[in-house]
Amino acid sequence: MPLPRPDHDTQPFWDAAQEGRYVVPRCAACGVGHWPPGPMCPHCFGDEIAWGDAPTRGSVYSWVVATHPVAEVLVDQVPYAIALIDLEPGVRVVGNVVGCDPSAIQAGLAVEVFFEEREEGVRVPNFRIPSGNLEA
Amino acid sequence: MGAQLREKAAIVGIGETEYSRESGRTELALACEAIRKAADDAGISVGEIDGLVRYDMDPVDEVALTSSAGLRNLRWMSHTGYGGTGGNAVIVHAAAAIAAGLATTVVCYRSLNERSGARYGQGSTWMSEKVGGFEQMQMPWGLLTPAQAFGMFARRHMIEYGWTSEQFGAVAVALRTHGSMNPRAMMRKPITVADHQASRMIADPLHLLDCCIESDGGCAVIVTTAERARSLRKPPAWIMGAAQGSGTRARGIIFRDDLATTEAHFTAKDVYASAGVGPADIDAVMIYDHFTPFIPMALEAYGFCGRGEGGPFVEDGRIHFDGELPVNTHGGNHSEAYIHGLPHIIEATRQLRGESSAQVPGCEVVLSCSAVAQLSAAVILRKD
Repeated sequence: MPLPRPDHDTQPFWDAAQEGRYVVPRCAACGVGHWPPGPMCPHCFGDEIAWGDAPTRGSVYSWVVATHPVAEVLVDQVPYAIALIDLEPGVRVVGNVVGCDPSAIQAGLAVEVFFEEREEGVRVPNFRIPSGNLEA
Repeated sequence: MGAQLREKAAIVGIGETEYSRESGRTELALACEAIRKAADDAGISVGEIDGLVRYDMDPVDEVALTSSAGLRNLRWMSHTGYGGTGGNAVIVHAAAAIAAGLATTVVCYRSLNERSGARYGQGSTWMSEKVGGFEQMQMPWGLLTPAQAFGMFARRHMIEYGWTSEQFGAVAVALRTHGSMNPRAMMRKPITVADHQASRMIADPLHLLDCCIESDGGCAVIVTTAERARSLRKPPAWIMGAAQGSGTRARGIIFRDDLATTEAHFTAKDVYASAGVGPADIDAVMIYDHFTPFIPMALEAYGFCGRGEGGPFVEDGRIHFDGELPVNTHGGNHSEAYIHGLPHIIEATRQLRGESSAQVPGCEVVLSCSAVAQLSAAVILRKD
């Protein structure tokens, strides 16, 4: 999969991912989060962003299952699920739902964050069905 | 809003190249041919064109056209963005420029070798590079193509409103029925809902037959002043109303608060106010059909049925050329060609001239719109 090219708005996210933390941008004034990371709060237009840890669990809002490989290197990777995942108000992120049959995915399915190591040592957060430990 | 545009301008010329899988020509050559044909259709010379609107994605710029197509008298030009909304947005810009007196005769065009060149439906180009912008927040998880992004909207409508894949199939059948009647169409073999269901899955819930085709070709449309429109070769298609806009918090395609509400819900109010008509006055609708679910989504946004009712609405032949509300009588992006929505404006013009291959009897007012889910635009046209 393509690797990210961080910029001034997204660098804190990728830096934290490298340390195994999923952080999201929230407005220092109104406290509401947004996604994707931007330079200004889209709710109150405050321009001070405070990054903080996201909940480690979210729920599936919508999803598709990529069945057609759109590049040759993906032939062995399809089918894979791509989901929009609600982490907290204002923050709906993209991830895969890993380690689960894509046909088992439903709206509202609970998922938890874990981290994958990609090429060049880049760590990318992703999502899976939570294990039994509800405190995880 | 926008009433000051009402019938200040009209579409007077339409031009198309052949639509194919491989044009064997440059996009500049396609644009030049389409512009020349549109000028011929209007009965004017290319040198009389003094305004130009291009899609910001078009590889052919105005400078290339001053040299190659003879557009030497330009006094106004603009670009519009966001892919498939462009087919309507270029007409909005042209109408606004004419109403403001900035130009008298404006050409809008789109040329692309999308099938033989870089295909939007392929992800290979992304695989070898690092991605920035909002795309860095989707592509590392394999969300690479429009089908995958727009499939999220289809899924959400299935969740919230119980829409079915068979309803999307009914849209595909309508589009191909119209394509089968259109001598310009690339896809003319009729299909059934069973064929749609049997077509391979691309990005579940979207099957192959939910996805538009990829094409090479060029289109051009000429818009001019009310005064001039009355004296040209073909009957004018009057621009009753036009609107463009945003309306929701969105970045890219999928990052938005609500996948069941698109910018079309906002543009709908503006375009009807601009034209001074409502959904009951519309005889046919042209809708940007990159993926089948976006036809029922647009029908809801533009008030032809209630929220959530678009899925059932498109069944039972209702959107066929001989149905209650004909949609995309040329076969749309699915059957005629994918030239980024400009053929929809050309077909609207043909319907109003009585020249469509799937002519709607008594067609007097046509809405052209989209629910493309980035910026939005819409136009309402009236028969002379």
